Amino acid sequence: MIPAQFDYVRPTSVQEASQALAGDDDAKVIAGGQSLLPLLRLRLTYPTLLVDVGRLSELQGVHDRGDHVFIGAAVTHDEVVRSGVIRDACPLVALAAATVADPAVRHRGTFGGSLAHADPAGDLPAVALALDAILVTSEREIPASEFFVDYLESAMHPGEILVGIKVPKLGPGWGFHYEKFHRTAQAWAIVGVAAAVRRSNGSIAEARIGLTNMGSVPVRARETEARLRDLDLGEAVRQACAHAAEDTSPPSDLHAQADYRRHLAQVLTHRAVRAAAGSP
Amino acid sequence: MSEIDPAAIAEQADVPTEPKQASHEVGRARRRKEDARLLTGRTQWTDNIQLPGMLYVQFLRSPMAHARITRVDVEAARQLPGVVAAFSGRDFAAEQGSLPCAWPVSEDIVIPDHPPMAYEEVRYVGEAVACVVATSRYQAADALEAIEVDYEPLPAVLDMNEALTGTSPKVHDQGNQAFTWKFGQGDIDEAFRDAPVVIDRTYVQQRLIPTAMEPRAVVCTTDGQSFTMWSATQIPHILRFLLAATTGIPEHMIRVIAPDVGGGFGSKLQVTAEEVLCLLLARRLGKPVKWTESRSEGNLTVHHGRDQIQHIMIAAEGDGRIRGIKVDLLADMGAYLMLVTPGVPLLGAFMYNGIYKMDAYDFACTGVFTTKMPTDAYRGAGRPEATYALERAIDELAHELKLDPMQVRRLNWIKHEEFPYTTIAGLTYDSGNYEAATDRAMALFGYDKLRAEQADRRDRGDPVQLGLGISTYTEMCGLAPSRVLGSLSYGAGGWEHGSVRMLPTGKVEVVTGSSAHGQGHETAWSQIVADALGVPYEDVSVLHGDTAISHKGMDTYGSRSLVVGGMAVLQACEKVKEKARRLAAHTLECSPDDIEFSQGAFKVKGTSQQKTIQELTLAAFAAHDLPDGMEPRLDADATIDPENFSYPHGTHLCAVEVDTETGQTKIRSYVAVDDVGRVVNPLIVEGQVHGGIAQGIAQALFEEAVYDAEGNLLTSTMADYLLPSAADLPTFVTDRTETPATSNPLGVKGVGEAGTIASTPAVVNAVVDALRPQGVHDIQMPCTPERVWRALQ
Amino acid sequence: MPRIAVTVDGIKYEQDVEPRLLLVHLLRDHLGKTGTPIGCDTSNCGACTVLLDGKSVKSCSVLAVQADGSDVVTIEGLATNGSMHPMQQAFHEEHALQCGYCTPGMVMASIDLLRTDPDPSEEAIREGLEGNLCRCTGYCNIVRAVKRGAQNVGATS
Repeated sequence: MIPAQFDYVRPTSVQEASQALAGDDDAKVIAGGQSLLPLLRLRLTYPTLLVDVGRLSELQGVHDRGDHVFIGAAVTHDEVVRSGVIRDACPLVALAAATVADPAVRHRGTFGGSLAHADPAGDLPAVALALDAILVTSEREIPASEFFVDYLESAMHPGEILVGIKVPKLGPGWGFHYEKFHRTAQAWAIVGVAAAVRRSNGSIAEARIGLTNMGSVPVRARETEARLRDLDLGEAVRQACAHAAEDTSPPSDLHAQADYRRHLAQVLTHRAVRAAAGSP
Repeated sequence: MSEIDPAAIAEQADVPTEPKQASHEVGRARRRKEDARLLTGRTQWTDNIQLPGMLYVQFLRSPMAHARITRVDVEAARQLPGVVAAFSGRDFAAEQGSLPCAWPVSEDIVIPDHPPMAYEEVRYVGEAVACVVATSRYQAADALEAIEVDYEPLPAVLDMNEALTGTSPKVHDQGNQAFTWKFGQGDIDEAFRDAPVVIDRTYVQQRLIPTAMEPRAVVCTTDGQSFTMWSATQIPHILRFLLAATTGIPEHMIRVIAPDVGGGFGSKLQVTAEEVLCLLLARRLGKPVKWTESRSEGNLTVHHGRDQIQHIMIAAEGDGRIRGIKVDLLADMGAYLMLVTPGVPLLGAFMYNGIYKMDAYDFACTGVFTTKMPTDAYRGAGRPEATYALERAIDELAHELKLDPMQVRRLNWIKHEEFPYTTIAGLTYDSGNYEAATDRAMALFGYDKLRAEQADRRDRGDPVQLGLGISTYTEMCGLAPSRVLGSLSYGAGGWEHGSVRMLPTGKVEVVTGSSAHGQGHETAWSQIVADALGVPYEDVSVLHGDTAISHKGMDTYGSRSLVVGGMAVLQACEKVKEKARRLAAHTLECSPDDIEFSQGAFKVKGTSQQKTIQELTLAAFAAHDLPDGMEPRLDADATIDPENFSYPHGTHLCAVEVDTETGQTKIRSYVAVDDVGRVVNPLIVEGQVHGGIAQGIAQALFEEAVYDAEGNLLTSTMADYLLPSAADLPTFVTDRTETPATSNPLGVKGVGEAGTIASTPAVVNAVVDALRPQGVHDIQMPCTPERVWRALQ
Repeated sequence: MPRIAVTVDGIKYEQDVEPRLLLVHLLRDHLGKTGTPIGCDTSNCGACTVLLDGKSVKSCSVLAVQADGSDVVTIEGLATNGSMHPMQQAFHEEHALQCGYCTPGMVMASIDLLRTDPDPSEEAIREGLEGNLCRCTGYCNIVRAVKRGAQNVGATS
């Protein structure tokens, strides 16, 4: 229940934060702290220094920038859920954020923090991946497809700070759904499916599917995406979704075995795609 | 010294001289007296207690399931800032004694030595091996990491069946069998000989973690001679007695206080290592010490519940009539026998026949040691296990005979006109009406309509199937007659004590030996006393949970508080009234036989002359004119020992929707009609039923303590041990029938465990019922989506 | 040690704190605000829920230094002029507590829920309280209490 000792700084700019991090290999970034505090309390991590970026102005705000929405890394899940801009332009982000943990955690936890934490069981990495979001750091822009490197490991190197996320607007005709499967309301997803589907003349023109907790990183259900292209809604969709778990390597753990996760991925992908396509 | 004028005092203190309207408090949905402090954050939890010079204790715990301790070095920890002391188990070896087991159930029982802090061998992950004492929580936590311990690993013993084989490694030198216990009535062989139907099933009661919301905490202080301990315990009286017995500190030098306690459910019915060690630390350091567990520490080290393998066989006639039931249990004791560890499965021994009539019954239980946290009482303790196996097997019998499961129950249960009824297990059920509770439940549930919907979904091949589950239960509670407990080798009696003290102003102080931790005694006891003495409900205060205030008590567990403790208070009221009657007769110059009591006033029959109880109390206080030989006080004590258990019963019905594609179960509706006899406070009763149902559902669908192959607890945090939230449960429909108990003057039966006992089989029966057409006849609890899905493959 | 300024239940405090000090320990051990209890170490139980700048947070999941400059309201700060907050009153009326350990967090979470949904449905209440665990009540009466609390709050505002 009691964290080990560490130092703490609250820099006033991204540059200052980067410098603070660069000087200490065992420093960690904290924003809302909702992923980090549980690890600190259980002494599963021993940072020497916490660099608090939660109040940096560069990391705040949701901005409509024409072809994309820029979401500050320190924008909380609650702000994401309530943002009119996000709900209009990239509702999948809001739908998934609304399922993260519980209201009190969503008041503190940040969109950027969830992505930087790179937990494949988190709900938002799969969404960022499905939407081909671009993660803007203090140094560069990293496509979501390259950001998640391994379990709890992102492409960012020490000293690099996530500043915000560019979420492309997908334009008209797209529908969205996040299907989360968990045993109790506040439990982590056993499997989650983030689906974006563009319908055209009663068939699926294009689909993007991100899978939560189906490997050491969030993954795209590429085979299913390909098979769904130009498919009429109906039994064929189910067949296409039966390929959702291909090329995944889900974990076997206390909450589910890998074969069950594969099965769930198929069932839930079908449900997510149908819901995103507006089909009851 | 001037004379006291009773009338003047009466006026000043607003003592009523006219009786108030009869209140009829019993039966009223009074809002609780306890709530105000709990709702405003003025509660006194043990961890809230702050004493000058307080030191903070943390325990280092074994990361190994089974190992020999070869070295413990606390020196580095001692050197850290703020650290006052650090000790290994060996430092306490001479004085710590062995944690008590109060229920040596059989002649062959093995009760291994159980040092509060291990110093030779550890036998479960979480067992304390060292401790630090520091000036702050944070420093104590840091210092823990500086302690070095070397272990020589020994093989873990995790599976009960394997543990009993000759080749298994041993948990203790004496072997892995803790005890065997057998019980039987009637000719069981005859019942099974040529039986037209035999149901033979094995069920697993998974291990559960009770998880009271308040983690355990202990504060202990000393003046150099005597000790005061605050503990988050259900049993301050038993704890005091056993702390004395364990440590040799004289009992009269120990005061135990259970302040506000945040739930127990049996988990705080224990004498814990931490309590003993905090007492010893306070003695050794001469300073107040505090220990508060973290939740993940608690999941490892608060005793667990359930964990039995149940083999149940039913012999029945072709029409569904039960001939006999045979039960063979393996019960996981864990690594040691704690307070009532071995007795828990035996509390179920008399319950596997449930509400049904039969000619023969046979029960056997083997207690098994494993290298896991010891098990002990958890809400229902033995009775939920029995009810589960029985009610599941009854459904199997119905399925075998292609009968409606309710029909089989009706055929076999004790009819209401047959009470009192002595069961095959030898208990005499004093009252009950299973027909009435069932009829009410069926009507509320809409059983027939749901069956029709089920048939329709089956016809349509709906991926979401509907299942209906029944549980018609009874339980023995109100623990209990001391003689019966003695015959079962229990180490204590089952009596309870109550005191009623009339204060000079006419207010009433009630002291109860039954220490509440959420049950609402302060409210319910006030209602009982208000009616009995004819005083306003507001004029009663209830004291409990402090051995210096409540000198005698057997504490709170086994749904006993109202049935035993409440009746002790009622009897004390009767004694007060009897004394007041004599005083009234003396004052009013008549014979006590001419006095009648009504609504708080003692009247001379046929006249308007009367004295209120408040007037008489003041007269007793002034003591100017008492009858010869009468003590100047209107107080009374009562200790009562009931002659029988009480037997609540009821019918619970559950409808579930099972998603056959994912395996997920959703409770669609839940109806409970319970008969807990006469009800003192319907609000409290309903609350107890709600909470009980939720915990029973949690066993059916969500909770399981899981150890891995090395004996590590995988569910050591709330993130992994899944408790249902509001979002995971439906609203329960609850109602009552009221068949008064005949074994006590109020006709009450007890309600603390009923919901938990009834609900688990109702839910699992529903899940299995949903999937019968797919050939499913059992799913291991908790019925997780994955288990349901696998059952369908 | 960093020095922080924080307002708790209307009282301003300035305090030197270790960076690792949890907000809940600041409240309980340093400011004597023991009305807010601790029920777990994994952010699951919600017993320690308080309002931080008006929004519910689990005070075990916030460092005290992160609360620098903030306004904290705990269960102890809800009553006005000696009267309980309408939500506290509703919990009493509906018998929505037994042992009372989850109650401070449950009440704070319920008040927060009404901030954005003044008239919540049963489903919204159940979802809104998903981060607060109770072991005694089975939640039925808590749901009723929040409904009643919503009416009470509506009536007094």
